[in-house]
Amino acid sequence: MQECRIAANDLACRRGDRLLFAGLSFALESGQALQLVGSNGIGKSSLIRILAGLMPAYSGTVELAGSVGLVDERPALDPHLPLGKALAFWQRLDGAHDNRAAQLGLSDLMDVPVRYLSTGQKKRAALARLCGQAAPVWLLDEPLNGLDTRGTALVMDMVAEHCREGGIAVLASHQQFELSGMQRVELSAFLPSPSGKGRGWGFNADVVPPPQPLPSGEGLS
Amino acid sequence: MSSQFLTLLRRDLAQLFLGGRRGGALLPVLFFLAVAMLYPFAVGPDAPLLGKTGGGMIWVAALLAAILPLDRLIEPDLELGMFDQWALRGISEEWLVTVRMLAHWLSFGPPLMLAAIPASALVGIDGEKLRLVELGLLAGTPGLAALGVMIASITAGLRGGAALGGLLLIPLAVPLIVFGAGSLATGGTSGLALTGAFSLVLLAITPFAAGAAIREGRR
Repeated sequence: MQECRIAANDLACRRGDRLLFAGLSFALESGQALQLVGSNGIGKSSLIRILAGLMPAYSGTVELAGSVGLVDERPALDPHLPLGKALAFWQRLDGAHDNRAAQLGLSDLMDVPVRYLSTGQKKRAALARLCGQAAPVWLLDEPLNGLDTRGTALVMDMVAEHCREGGIAVLASHQQFELSGMQRVELSAFLPSPSGKGRGWGFNADVVPPPQPLPSGEGLS
Repeated sequence: MSSQFLTLLRRDLAQLFLGGRRGGALLPVLFFLAVAMLYPFAVGPDAPLLGKTGGGMIWVAALLAAILPLDRLIEPDLELGMFDQWALRGISEEWLVTVRMLAHWLSFGPPLMLAAIPASALVGIDGEKLRLVELGLLAGTPGLAALGVMIASITAGLRGGAALGGLLLIPLAVPLIVFGAGSLATGGTSGLALTGAFSLVLLAITPFAAGAAIREGRR
């Protein structure tokens, strides 16, 4: 697998007039994994989209080396096509790679139209699409949603193997993700409010003054 | 690059011709024929009048038929997240829109030109007029297809986008219908040439306008 790297420098995200997080920095090298945790609405999905380059950051930069594979809540598979044909479309664009359909338990579903698949089966199909892409940087937005316990274990194994092979994985998930050596970023630590008020919802960017450094050596006596 | 082009074109054609759940290429053609069939009923059995105005009516019907596929040109793929996945693979929106324009024209222009033959019989226009109508449609439908893709990109994701798209398309298509149907009255080639020229302008600006609209829609 090619060398890859993803780094966030002082990222801030603004949706509407709400600043969701600010001052977020991290750097991941080949073989490392990161879990983004935080309550609903705190900006996990927005951060994933910023890292993927699909959404501009309010401030800060993303450095990226290597191609990106994304799995989010939309499977990006044609709903009226049988699963096999829907996956084959991406296979033709990505070149022939192993999409691990068998390992993901999809072999028996290849003739079933995508719209008849369950939430968990669609998620597995999206993961098969991701594996076929052979992208070194994986961005996974809630990859465990809708998966049963076997599916969950499978995804954890896949991520672990991906990192062993030198890939990078960034996961946004509020579920416990067991992976040795995985870093965790708690997004609530990057709420721009010094008091942490309005936790999980952000707050109005225009009314909050930038944090002032404490005056040193004076005023306290 | 060429295999990527063929893969994308093949999917677009399958989507637009068969249409999945949304009607496919047959719907605009049937609508076009239905309007052509209604016209003599509305005007009455006055053969000279029908022959004189029938060509223009075919143009109006073609323009209205162009509104029908608007809501399935761009919106379904945005909802599915296809455009995001393509962007991650480095496939530009301009390129995707160009492929889609070609696929949309193929699923819409030639079928309409074929349907114009029975339509011309229904409104009773002669062979010479039919030749001009066909040439005009050949020159004008690429422009209608480009306009459709541009408007579909701009209105994708809006509530009531399909209705708004129809309203936007009609005024922008006025030059096409003025020159296209105008060539019937004058019998000259200058109207056809101007229709073709306007089509080419639309074909040239649509990839950039639609590509920018799709990117802006991600914010």
